Parts: sequence; structure tokens; C-alpha cells
Amino acid sequence: MLIDMKVNGTSQSHDVEARTLLVHYLRESVGLTGTNVGCDTTSCGACTILLNGESVKSCTVLAAQAAGDEITTIEGLASEDGQMNRVQQAFQECHGLQCGFCTPGMVMAISSLLTENPAPSEADVRIGLEGNLCRCTGYHNIVEAALAASRVPEMQK
Amino acid sequence: MSILGNRVLRREDPKFLTVGGTYVADLDLPGSVHLMFVRSSMAHAKIVSLDTSRAKAMPGVIGVYTNDDLGMANFPTIMGMTNAAMTPPTLASGTVRFVGEPIIAIVAESRASAADAAEWVIVEYEPLTVVIDPVEARKDNVLLFPDAGTNTAFALDFGADDSLFNDCEVVVELSLANQRVAPCPLEGRSAAAHMTEDGRLQFSSATQAPHGVRDALVTFLGLEPEKVHVVTPDVGGGFGAKASVYQEDIVVGWCAQQLGRPVRWTETRSESMLGLGHGRAQVQHVRIGGTREGLVQAYRLEILQDSGAYPGFGTVLPFMTRIMTSGPYKIPKAECASVSVVTNSTPTTAYRGAGRPEATAAIERIMDLFAREIGMDPAEVRRRNLIGKDEFPYTTPVETVYDVGDYHRALDLALEVAGYEDLRAEQARRRAAGDVRQLGIGVSCYVEITNGLPDGEFGAVEVRPDGKVVVRTGTSPHGQGHVTAWSMLVAEQLGVPLEDIEVIYGDTDLVPRGAGTMGSRSLQIGGAAVNQAAVDVVEKAKDLAADLFEADRGDVVLDKSSGSFHVVGTPAVSHSWADLAKAAVAKDGNPLFAEVDLASPGPTFPFGTHISVVEVDTETGKVTLLRHIAVDDAGRIVNPLLAEGQVHGGIAQGVAQALLEEVVYDLDGNPLTSTFADYSIISAAELPSYETRFTETPTPINALGAKGIGESGTIGSTPAVHNAVCDAVAHLGVRHVDMPTTPIRVWNAINEAASGNASGKG
Repeated sequence: MLIDMKVNGTSQSHDVEARTLLVHYLRESVGLTGTNVGCDTTSCGACTILLNGESVKSCTVLAAQAAGDEITTIEGLASEDGQMNRVQQAFQECHGLQCGFCTPGMVMAISSLLTENPAPSEADVRIGLEGNLCRCTGYHNIVEAALAASRVPEMQK
Repeated sequence: MSILGNRVLRREDPKFLTVGGTYVADLDLPGSVHLMFVRSSMAHAKIVSLDTSRAKAMPGVIGVYTNDDLGMANFPTIMGMTNAAMTPPTLASGTVRFVGEPIIAIVAESRASAADAAEWVIVEYEPLTVVIDPVEARKDNVLLFPDAGTNTAFALDFGADDSLFNDCEVVVELSLANQRVAPCPLEGRSAAAHMTEDGRLQFSSATQAPHGVRDALVTFLGLEPEKVHVVTPDVGGGFGAKASVYQEDIVVGWCAQQLGRPVRWTETRSESMLGLGHGRAQVQHVRIGGTREGLVQAYRLEILQDSGAYPGFGTVLPFMTRIMTSGPYKIPKAECASVSVVTNSTPTTAYRGAGRPEATAAIERIMDLFAREIGMDPAEVRRRNLIGKDEFPYTTPVETVYDVGDYHRALDLALEVAGYEDLRAEQARRRAAGDVRQLGIGVSCYVEITNGLPDGEFGAVEVRPDGKVVVRTGTSPHGQGHVTAWSMLVAEQLGVPLEDIEVIYGDTDLVPRGAGTMGSRSLQIGGAAVNQAAVDVVEKAKDLAADLFEADRGDVVLDKSSGSFHVVGTPAVSHSWADLAKAAVAKDGNPLFAEVDLASPGPTFPFGTHISVVEVDTETGKVTLLRHIAVDDAGRIVNPLLAEGQVHGGIAQGVAQALLEEVVYDLDGNPLTSTFADYSIISAAELPSYETRFTETPTPINALGAKGIGESGTIGSTPAVHNAVCDAVAHLGVRHVDMPTTPIRVWNAINEAASGNASGKG
């Protein structure tokens, strides 16, 4: 079936099998491999993307369900001149990533969290990230990064 | 001013943060086909028949292969130490011995068509009796390998000396489980391979040891070493479980050879939970003896190690446990014996700490029980037995030689940061008030061994005519930040900016030799090799500069602030690194280059003290970790940011084992925890932020003064958390709760104690 959607501001149109998951559509049809698959039970959040501005796990959405929608992936966050946004910058400054596999999902989840709650407490962040697993960092610096990003005005990219 | 010791941000990060890493599954391989495995659904069975005819006829299927098609020898024993009658075949042959064992390989045009075809493979099994419990397996009533005549895969028996505890006023014993856990790197196993036009096998692997993968492919596929090129794209975590080569890797290479098309395999999480090696899995019995004044005089550790279905690295974990038997304590008499047995479960392997967390868990748990028995504060008992800072090098009763340490300083600092006295006062208050939520305080002093294997490491530094520096290393980082850390080491020696330094790793063509990244070895041997190569390059450059200046070599100075050479006293006339690199090429056509194969100078012994504070709801058994204080000493710290990151990750995995995680099988050998929905992998919501400190006691063992820091967090944290939970309910009569200290276990322990049954085995 033919599916149209906007990914990181660019219109996409691809013919896919009806059973195609959104994450596979993004990785294989659109060619954006920044979004990772870390489990098969919607547990790990490595595949988290923004669907119309809200974070979803793209392994649990059919590509067809997102037809006509706007998707943002990790590749769509930096400005055109390559400047990282506040969440991306905070991840580097706080050493919020090690192997990097969970990172795109974490960054997207935190972006969504800060939209919903611009000034979260540490507990808010920890509960908000319960669906995003990381095995390297012990979460300490990821939480730090989220709190640090929340202290930077969003416009400052 | 030295760059070493500074919190330099990771150079690796921008790529991961803007477009994501490039993992094996992300590789663009035009025309590639997909490999998938049909795995055993039985824990122990004879394969009566395999019908692949319908699978072969499915659309898109290219090949369906059994072990007979591969025609390979079995995998070898582990370092010659494990039972030779128990080696695993590449794919199951005749008998399956655990759920998840690969039986059939299917190659198809798409992942979906491979999965569809897998459904049509018909395996007829004749069930055999299953043995899951290593205690049962040791009785040899059910044999996994009848030809072996035993389930024992490996044993370390140094003879139990019954007189060990003769002079002890107090003797305390405990049986405890160091449960099986799953390493869970967020990226599972993955490999891709194709034959190049010049007849070489190009192999991409999510591994910690690319040269080990190359060597295995050479052996099993019968190729010349120069015909195999292994690269690691970005690797999504390993934690020891990706240090070994797996059967599936070999099949990927074989299929690429057979088919002449790129072959890719990425396991699902459910496969990974069954196929990637598990960690820990020891049953321990410990005995400690000493005086009523708190002096420990004798200690014995007996280990029953669960190998899983085939001996792998897990089988020899007790070897590492034994090395650390007596921990950081001055115990006159100590011994360790072990037996490793096969069971119908996933083979065990190295997992963060690999044998040392098990040693620490045993002695730290019994130290608490010893303290309780003599009515002394657990921190004070430890203080009285720690090896003094003036006693190094210290040889333990099991002949391990600890290099250097200041164990009391780590303990004191941890107690200070924790506010230990105040915590004990608060605990006493809650106990006296009979609060529902009781406080538990757990102390764990540890010492561990890093760079414990004998391998040396390769390092090379080349300065190019444009002044850029290329570093090659035999380590294989997968999140540790070697690009940043090795750049810092080279910048320190050469005086060039970090951005002019490129670090190459994980490519067997570009890096000729390497043992990889595991066992907390990388900085102290791989970083030290790079550091030595940098030193050597500076010396070569000085020779060249002396020629250019027509000066005495001894008068040539490297100004590290500008990265240029001059003659002492005349800094205005200088030559840059680029000048010297050009001079080297002009002289004899060779680049300005130095390479080092650094032989291992031996292991180092990081140490520290962790203190954990938990709250236990005595009505529900629920444990909440309130604080975790970690004082670690890994010698000299090159980059505190990276070192802290290692400690953080280690702590989380330790907390996870103490509180939550366990791989569980039913009695028929069916795995009950084979997804992330079933296995309680720890999340941010269950953890606090950590309070970490470093003390720095440089080791004399290597030029950097550095010890390993990759595993200390796990080794120190697990018993601290475990002790804290047991401490919280000790006043209720609970002696011991095995890990993971889940609510049901804690609740049961409280209720058993209340009804008069002292809980805790032994």
C-alpha cells in the first residue's frame, strides 16, 4: 500500500506491505537508521520518535497508521547548520550516552517530556523515562541531561 | 598544563546525537539476504527428525541448512580447562540441550520471508529428562553428555582443610545464591558478511573483540588470515557477553561464502535473551571464623557454578572468583573450591565483573553476619580487617598479589559522605518507633582484579605531513569513550589539539593485532600502549628535529603548548609536527610513526567502598533504594567524566541484580524471562542519582598509574544494596534474603521470621 507522511519536514511516499511497522518504514523505506530496535515487546523505547509532536514507540505503530502524519526522528532535531538542540547538547555536556543505542529514543522521549512539563523535577524525569531503557549509563547522566536541558530556553538551539 | 584528569567532553557524541550510530543492522548492503535461526523449543531432547522440505519451498527462501551441511568441528574447550567431551556443535547435532539452541539456519530474501519459512520447519523431538538446578545436575543422575559420564565441566579443588576453623571463637556459615542474570546490551548480537571481489570475507560484527572474531572465522571456515577482514561498526553495549564468538557468527560467515551475496543477521530481543550468554549463576557456601573482637581468622568459599548447556566462559568464572577469595581483608587462612556443572539452560559467560562480583558478594554478605553474631557494627568489623596501606604488595592466602591500595581511606570517605552515624541514628529511631518503613544501611568493601588475562595490546601513533595524528589501538570500545581518552593521552605527549587526532579501532586491516575491550583492561594496557607509542614518536621526532636544527639532540625541546620543537634557548626558531612528518618522509620515505606491542605488566587491583541506603516497606516487602554512595579507587583517572560514567552504569547493574533481575526457568527448562516484558531490567524510575567519589592511589604496575574502572561499580554496589536490604529487616529476625530481594521474598522473610522460623539458609 502507498503511504504518504512528512518525516523531519520532508514529504515521503513509499509503497509498503500493510504489516510494516513504522520503525521499519523509517529505517528501510525512508533510510533513516538513527531510530533503533532494541526489543520486541514495546519495553525498551529505543525506537521512540515524535508523531505529531508527541513521543511514541515506533515499533508499536503500523506505518499505515501514521499516514498523513508528521514524524520527527533524531535526524530531524539539529538546525540546518548542524547546531544541536538543547537536549542534544545537554546529552553531550552531561555525558548522557555511552554506546549510543538507546540515545535517539532517550532524546526524543525527553524532548516530548519537556514539551509536556517544561520544568520537571528529578522524580518527574525518572518516571517519565520509565519506558526507555539504557544499560550503559545507569540513567544518572541521562536524568542530569534532561534537567539541564529544561533549564535552557527552548528557542536557544 | 596537563589535559589528563580533566572532564573532557566526548568527541564521539555529536554523531550519535544527530544521526545516530551506525550499528551492524544499519549497514547499507545492497542485495543482502537475511539469516534467521530455528531454535530449540525443548530444553533437552533427541532430534528424531528434521523436515525442512516445506520451508525450502517457501517464497523468497534461498537456503535451509543443518549442522550436517556445515560440516564443521565443534567449538573448542575454554582455554583448555573445560571438559573436552562437552564442546558445542555449530548447530544442534542429534541432541538439543537448552531452549534457544540453534538447530537450523534459514536464508531468505527478506527478514519476513525467513520468519515465514521458519514456521514450516518441522522438528520432531524425543524429550529427555531435564536438569535445570545445578545442585541436581551435580548428582549426575541426568547427564547432558552421556559420553562424558559426568555433568562436571570444570573443577578447582584445592582440598578442604578441616582444621581451618579450629582456633576460631566464632564461626558463621551461609548458603547463598548469586543468581543468573541477563547482560542485556541494548543492541543484541548482529553480524553481516559478504565476499569481496578479490575473494576476501568482509565481516561486520557487534563484538568486543574483532580480532578474536577474525581468528574464529579463519579456524572454522578454513580461510587464510589475510582473507578475512573484520570490522566493528558502532557496537551497542557488550558487558562481557559480546567478548566471545558465537555459533551464529560462524554461520553468517559460512552462508556468505556459500551464497556469494551479502548475508545479515540481527537477533530479536527474545532470541538474545536465550542465545546471548547469561552471567553469574553461582550457588555458594561460605564459612567465616574469627574472634569476638572482630578479627577474621579463616574463610572458606565453595562454589557451584552453573555452566548452562555447554561450557563457555561462564564455566571458568570460579577461576576469577577464587583469585579474589579473601577480598580486601587480611585473613590468615582462606581457601576456595569450585565445581562447574552443565544444566539444560543458556550457556553462561562473562558479565560485567565476571567472577569478581561473586567473590565480593560472598565475603561481604558473611562479613555482615559475622558482625551481627559478635554484636559489632559492620563498618567497624571491616575496618579491623582491611589490609593496611603499608602492607602492599600484599599476597593473599590464595597467592594473589595485590599491587597497592589505601582501603581504609576509601572506607572512611564513604562513611563520611554517607553520614553513617546519622543514618544509624535514624535507623535506630525507626526501629524503636516500629515504623512501617524501615531503613537499611549496607556497606561493601571490595577489591577486584582488572587486566586479569595475560594478553598484551597493540598501539600505534603516526604523525602525517599535514600535522594530523592517527592513532591505532587494539582495544575495541563500545561506549567506553576510547576515542576521547586515547586522544587525551596522545595530546598530552605530543602537544597537539584533540581535534587533530583520529583514533582508529575495530578494523583488522587497519589495526593488525588486538585483544579487544573486556575485563576492565583497556586503559591500563591499550591506553598504555598508545601512550608508549606517543612517547616513542616524540623521541623519533627529536632525532629528526636535531638534524633539521643541526643541533645536539639533547638540546631539542618539544614545546607542548604549541606542539612544536625548538633548540633550548631559541624558541623563536621552531619546527611543527607537520615539518617533522615531512622530514621523516623526505629522509627515507617512511612516515613519522611508532608502534608498540605492550606486553602485559600484570593485573592491577582497584578497590573501594560502597554504601547503600534503602527503605523497606515491612507490610509489602517493597524495597526503595534511597541513596547509593560509591568511593572507588582506580589509580590515576585520565578523564573523570568517563570514569564516573563507568561507575554509574556499573552501579545500576549491581542494583539490578540485588533488587530485581533474575533469569528464571521452570522445571522443564522453559525460560520464563525471555523478553523485556518478563525480565525485570532496571529502569530510571527504580534508581536514585548516585553519590560518587574517587580516591586516586596510582599503581606502580603501568606508566599511567591507572587501574580498570569498567566493572568496579557492579562489584562494589551489588553487596552494598543486598546488605542494606537484609539490614533493614535484620531486627525483625531475618537473617538473610537471597538476591534478587524482590517484594515477595522480603515479605516472606519477614513473615517467616515473625512466625518463628529463622529465615535464611545455612
